[in-house]
Amino acid sequence: MRIEGSAGTGGMAATSNGVQVIDIAGLTLTFDTADGPVYALSNVDLTISEGEFVSFIGPSGCGKTTLLRVIADLERPTGGHIRVNGVSPEEARLRRDYGYVFQSPALYPWRTIEKNVMLPLEIFGLPKAERRERARTFLELVNLKGFERKFPWQLSGGMQQRASIARALSFDPRLLLMDEPFGALDEIVRDHLNEQLLRLWGKTGKTVLFVTHSIPEAVFLSTKIVVMSPRPGRIIDVIDCDLPRERTLDIRETPAFLAIAHRVRDGLRAGHSYED
Amino acid sequence: MTAEALPAPRAAARPLSRIFAGAAGPVAVVVLALLAVWYVAAVLANWSLVAEAFARGGIPATFGDVLAGTLGGERPVLPAPHQILAELWKTVVDTPVTSRRSLVLHGWVTLSSTLLGFAIGALTGIVLAVAIVHLRMLEKSLMPWIISSQTVPILAIAPIIIVVLGSIGIRGVLPKSIISAYLCFFPVTIGMVKGLTSPDVLQRDLMRTYSASVADTLWKLRLPASVPYLFASLKVAVAISLVGAIVAELPTGAQAGLGARLLAGSYYGQTIQIWAALFAAAILAAALVAVVGMVERLVLRAMGARR
Amino acid sequence: MTATLLLLAAVFAGAAAALGHVHRPGVAGEAGLAFWLATAGLWLLATVAVSRLARLEPRAPAARRVVDAAVPLAFGAFLFFLWEVIVVGAGVPAVLMPAPSAIAAKFVASLPTLGADFVQTFVKSVLSGYAIGCTAGFLTAIVADRVPFLKRGLLPLGNFVSALPVVGIAPIMVMWFGFDWPSKAAVVVVMTFFPMLVNTVAGLSAAGPLERDLMRSYAAGYWTTLLKLRLPAALPFVFNALKINSTLALIGAIVAEFFGTPVVGMGFRISIEVARLALDMVWAEIALAAIAGSLFYALVALAERGATFWHPSYRQ
Repeated sequence: MRIEGSAGTGGMAATSNGVQVIDIAGLTLTFDTADGPVYALSNVDLTISEGEFVSFIGPSGCGKTTLLRVIADLERPTGGHIRVNGVSPEEARLRRDYGYVFQSPALYPWRTIEKNVMLPLEIFGLPKAERRERARTFLELVNLKGFERKFPWQLSGGMQQRASIARALSFDPRLLLMDEPFGALDEIVRDHLNEQLLRLWGKTGKTVLFVTHSIPEAVFLSTKIVVMSPRPGRIIDVIDCDLPRERTLDIRETPAFLAIAHRVRDGLRAGHSYED
Repeated sequence: MTAEALPAPRAAARPLSRIFAGAAGPVAVVVLALLAVWYVAAVLANWSLVAEAFARGGIPATFGDVLAGTLGGERPVLPAPHQILAELWKTVVDTPVTSRRSLVLHGWVTLSSTLLGFAIGALTGIVLAVAIVHLRMLEKSLMPWIISSQTVPILAIAPIIIVVLGSIGIRGVLPKSIISAYLCFFPVTIGMVKGLTSPDVLQRDLMRTYSASVADTLWKLRLPASVPYLFASLKVAVAISLVGAIVAELPTGAQAGLGARLLAGSYYGQTIQIWAALFAAAILAAALVAVVGMVERLVLRAMGARR
Repeated sequence: MTATLLLLAAVFAGAAAALGHVHRPGVAGEAGLAFWLATAGLWLLATVAVSRLARLEPRAPAARRVVDAAVPLAFGAFLFFLWEVIVVGAGVPAVLMPAPSAIAAKFVASLPTLGADFVQTFVKSVLSGYAIGCTAGFLTAIVADRVPFLKRGLLPLGNFVSALPVVGIAPIMVMWFGFDWPSKAAVVVVMTFFPMLVNTVAGLSAAGPLERDLMRSYAAGYWTTLLKLRLPAALPFVFNALKINSTLALIGAIVAEFFGTPVVGMGFRISIEVARLALDMVWAEIALAAIAGSLFYALVALAERGATFWHPSYRQ
């Protein structure tokens, strides 16, 4: 457990000497179903280094969520090589290397917002004073100051998802895994949260893996975009997104932005089979 | 150590494990375990009684004699399963249906009041639910009383209903069925109110765009939508209707019926008879629920339900 | 609003007058046609008043709560009024149906007897059996949940037993545990065990897949997940069983007394007084059972509101 370390510094040593945060080679995952095997992931190769913001984009069934779940040890691969922070996903999970943000906030309705953020800290056995302190810090970071005593169901969807991000950040994991976190929100709220997330990433310097199926969202947020395609689930393109790190929503009208978006769309189209 | 090729744990495809993956295998094992426990319990529960009997008779008894005695006594503390089955066989198959000892006769008496009560109760429940859904006044005034009527131990009223109806000349099946009906209208009302109000706003708005009448909305939308709820509550209702019929036979010293068998057995210490009546009641309950379940499947299939 | 309240007041005044009139010597038992017509008119008026009351939608939440409580109360009060007036006015013999006033008088007059019966049946049999049965069902559910094989084997059986006439085991329990309260408590234990088992097992799988994945991502162990996620998520189901069982327990204890008791207890009193045709005492006993049952249920429901305030059915 490395939550004792102060924010941002923990674990830097391990990655600065060349170890990749994510190192995947020939990864395969097959589900056996009644209708025969389903190839959720087929021969996936990918490396991600410290501090990157990587988006996974592709149509439904392309395996982007599955890949994230394999990295989080919520799913076991059937073949291939995978290391997370230099160890197996299970070890990474056991030493609490990552925070996971799901499609829905998954806040526990019987806990206040503050207590929800403190949930992982309770499980990791942090002293009460520090739990309070961290919950305060991270709720402030996601602009939820003043809502500590509210219950999740008394907040809007966007606020709930922000609380769940605070919960994922609260124990200062090296890695933030986000599975379509803003998929259920309307576009205006989504734009707003995208800006906030970008600012948060700038402040904390975490490595973020972000699943989405919105092209503008992927281009706007990422340093690297992984384009995936279904049947079998595979990576068809990895696009570097070298826009300046300080971005505002206006950047979406610039030629550089549109060029990258165009390349992503081409990649998606190329990988799309018209059988369905 | 890498996480290379971590094999996903999967159920082996061996036939034995396939049996135990479902419910049938585990249920069979649990039932067998219960039977084994039952036999051991029967031996232990009856041991001192049998041993004393031998001692009183001055007969030197071996371990085997006593053991046989515990599983074959006439009025054991706890009869062994095979004794109960033998009693069931004797009173169901070997006894003519007309005899007062026939369990078929007693079962029929209880079943007839169960079914009549179930019919009355289910009908009352449906009518009440339709009324409650359509009349705001009833929803507000009657619903709380229907709910609190269930916190009252209804079965306590059973003796009164039988005595009161008896004194104005109504005897036989009807008083018992009224108790059954009283018990089983409740889940039907609650389930049907839920079912009749289950169509969502869009579905109801669609009827409004057709300017459909209240009756049309009831027949074409609310009633079809409530069928799954109806059957779920009917299964509960038929089971407690049987409970009502049995209990109704207790306080008045009824001469026939499964409840009467229970009462007579407890008067004369005929434990095997009690257990046989209990088993018969259990089988009857299971059969009734199964029949309702079968009708449910047929109706739902006719209505185009999935699976 | 004002018109409705005035109407309601008029109905109440009319009902009070009718009650006063019907108990007079010349009227009780031989009420004339005019009286019945007046009563029928009052009935009509009451229906109009209550349905107008039900349609009131006051803005203030406090007033709304008052109206929501007043409608069923007015309705129930009027039912009792009709019962009283019809029984007294038509001179229905007490062996058939005593008037509410007679039952109330009997209730007050036999408080010591009722108290002893209450202690015997409710405090001794119901409460102890309820506590043991619910606790055992809950713990068994947790064990069954841990052992999937047991869960698959026990759950269908539990569902099956829940549909059986379990009260039928009462004569056996009386033979095993004697005439006094332990045999009744044993019946209550068996009756409450299975609903609690089935509901708790269902509740333990109520937590959503994302919520479970979250716990897994924290590398939380079995007990942590149980305490922090699965038990809180199971609470609505557990309380459902507690509510079902509060009714079942009282029924079980009363019915079990039909099979033999010491000379005290609610079920004993009901069966003995029915045989004597002393129906006012039987009704008094039923009133006691109703009050005890409702209070018991209300108490559990109140605890449920406190513990599962977050559940969609209680959110405001």
